[in-house]
Amino acid sequence: MEPIITKYVREPNSFTLDFYLQHGGYESLRKALSSHTPDQIVEMVKASGLRGRGGAGFPTGMKWQFVDKKSDKPRYIACNADESEPGTFKDHVIMERNPHLLIEGCAIACYAIGAKTAYIYIRGEFYHVQLVLERAIAEARAKGYLGKNIFGTGFDCEVHVHRGAGAYEAGEETALLESLEGKRAQPRNKPPFPALVGLYGCPTAVNNVETLANVPLIVQHGPEWFAALGPEKNGGPKLYSISGHVKRPGVYEASMNVTLKELIFGEQYCQGMKPGRTLKAVIPGGSSVPILLPDQLDTEASFDGVMKAGSMLGSAGAIVLDDTTCMVWLATNLLHFYKHESCGKCTPCREGTDWLYKLVHKIEAGQGTMRDIDLLASVAANVGGKTLCAFGDAAVTPILTTIKHFRHEYEAHVREGRCTHVADWRARQPVGAH
Amino acid sequence: MSFHPQMAYDATFHKSTRVLADAGPAFEFTAENRARLDEILTRYPSERSRSAVLPALYLVQYQQGYITGNAMRVVAEACKVTPADVEDVVTYYTMFFTKPVGKFVLSVCRTLSCAVNGAERVVEEICNHLHVKPGETDASGTFTLIEAECLGACDRAPVIMVNDAWQELQRPEDIPKLLEELRQHGEAALTGCHHVIEKK
Repeated sequence: MEPIITKYVREPNSFTLDFYLQHGGYESLRKALSSHTPDQIVEMVKASGLRGRGGAGFPTGMKWQFVDKKSDKPRYIACNADESEPGTFKDHVIMERNPHLLIEGCAIACYAIGAKTAYIYIRGEFYHVQLVLERAIAEARAKGYLGKNIFGTGFDCEVHVHRGAGAYEAGEETALLESLEGKRAQPRNKPPFPALVGLYGCPTAVNNVETLANVPLIVQHGPEWFAALGPEKNGGPKLYSISGHVKRPGVYEASMNVTLKELIFGEQYCQGMKPGRTLKAVIPGGSSVPILLPDQLDTEASFDGVMKAGSMLGSAGAIVLDDTTCMVWLATNLLHFYKHESCGKCTPCREGTDWLYKLVHKIEAGQGTMRDIDLLASVAANVGGKTLCAFGDAAVTPILTTIKHFRHEYEAHVREGRCTHVADWRARQPVGAH
Repeated sequence: MSFHPQMAYDATFHKSTRVLADAGPAFEFTAENRARLDEILTRYPSERSRSAVLPALYLVQYQQGYITGNAMRVVAEACKVTPADVEDVVTYYTMFFTKPVGKFVLSVCRTLSCAVNGAERVVEEICNHLHVKPGETDASGTFTLIEAECLGACDRAPVIMVNDAWQELQRPEDIPKLLEELRQHGEAALTGCHHVIEKK
């Protein structure tokens, strides 16, 4: 499939309004405002089968339909640009090189749910991206694509960028809303869902950057075109971020007909592993999903396909690992991440991630016992499913999946009293718990 | 409080160290920052000025380098919340500093994709060169080293964020040169994000 969203990203000045207008920019917004009612847009998105690109894969049209239209409160679009799932870097390229596509998507989404304001919540580390977005918003506003009475249709829409400050948890939709309200990024109890009680207690739709970037395409080409781009219920173009031990890591756009194997070994994609190395495992959807082994990769890289293979597509950020990777070390590395990023609201997660890290670090350092391996699984079982948001499940996944597939490596660590798989790219001195 | 039955539970598992934020020197926004904050406040509904807490804290940090108790009070007044609300926010987010930091804050990504490409060795190299541990500032007050969690540039691993700018594809052997160039030319020495092709 020819790239659609990322077609022009390598061309100079692709982020400017002039460039965007030369390639048919804001025509979808014009079409939506002039010849469709908001409900027709929601129906269109529903018919296209667009699924949320942030991780859960929930149908976007349904999400919009759930937004409470009877409420007399204002409604909001919150765009989730807090791309912090390890291994994910696709929204970055959209915002940096094609920001007007996102802005147009925000405006159409606002029209569809009857909102007048969209907030783009961008992670604090993307400061240079924020500048690009703010410049694009100012350009669009100056030319009347945002602001009051767009195209003379009486539709008003403002888009603002809100910068986060370094919190993985802010990517969870209710935590994002909390952070947008100027509080700690900690999740809320659900229900009520944001569609009923969201930002400032008002009905809100929270959508990922890539999701909103697909909306202008659906309006422009129609839902049938969009659905036909991929397998059933997995339509549309998809951005894959692939990193780790591959020859050519990067963001690749493909239809979801593509297989994980093609993405890793295909000539037009990552071109396989680094010289002399063999594939050991793949984490297909950001760090929070189960590992897939080399023989499980001949599967469609779609939401349903990866699910069938025993993992999740998540944010489509695949981390590819070769034979030099110690799986106990990998679990230690990821648990350090989860321990650091746990927001501290739910006790099982706040305490449990710390315990898990200490245990797995102990095993990695060669001081573990066989009992510790079972203890890991036991602690994990007391965290997963016992928290307000999905963080708890995400945090225990690296432990459970490595024990499931690579228990022999854990046992070797215990037996030999050292890490049995030290690679030359790792720290020379053992890394302490800092 | 209940404990896991098989978990060794010692003092290291529970340490509450509540320290009040240092009041620091007197703080006022510069006229320019005050005007920017007033503009930012217009982006949110008038009764929701609390939303401006994060942007206001960034203004403080750009103006003063770190966020003091006095500055928190000023932000609290501007956003119509209590100083405790502001401190709550400051202490939660990792990008806000409550202590002075070096001129260049080196945040080295340590999460998986960067780690499998040698980020641990990059950290070691910086530690050895600056004689610091992660979290510390070197003796000259120029560099602060931080081990950051995933910065979202996994295809250009390992990546270092220097203040707000990116330095991509760093190998351990690149570090001496990077530090020297930063000393000499500041952030202009950085590669920046590879998506920005206009400047190159």
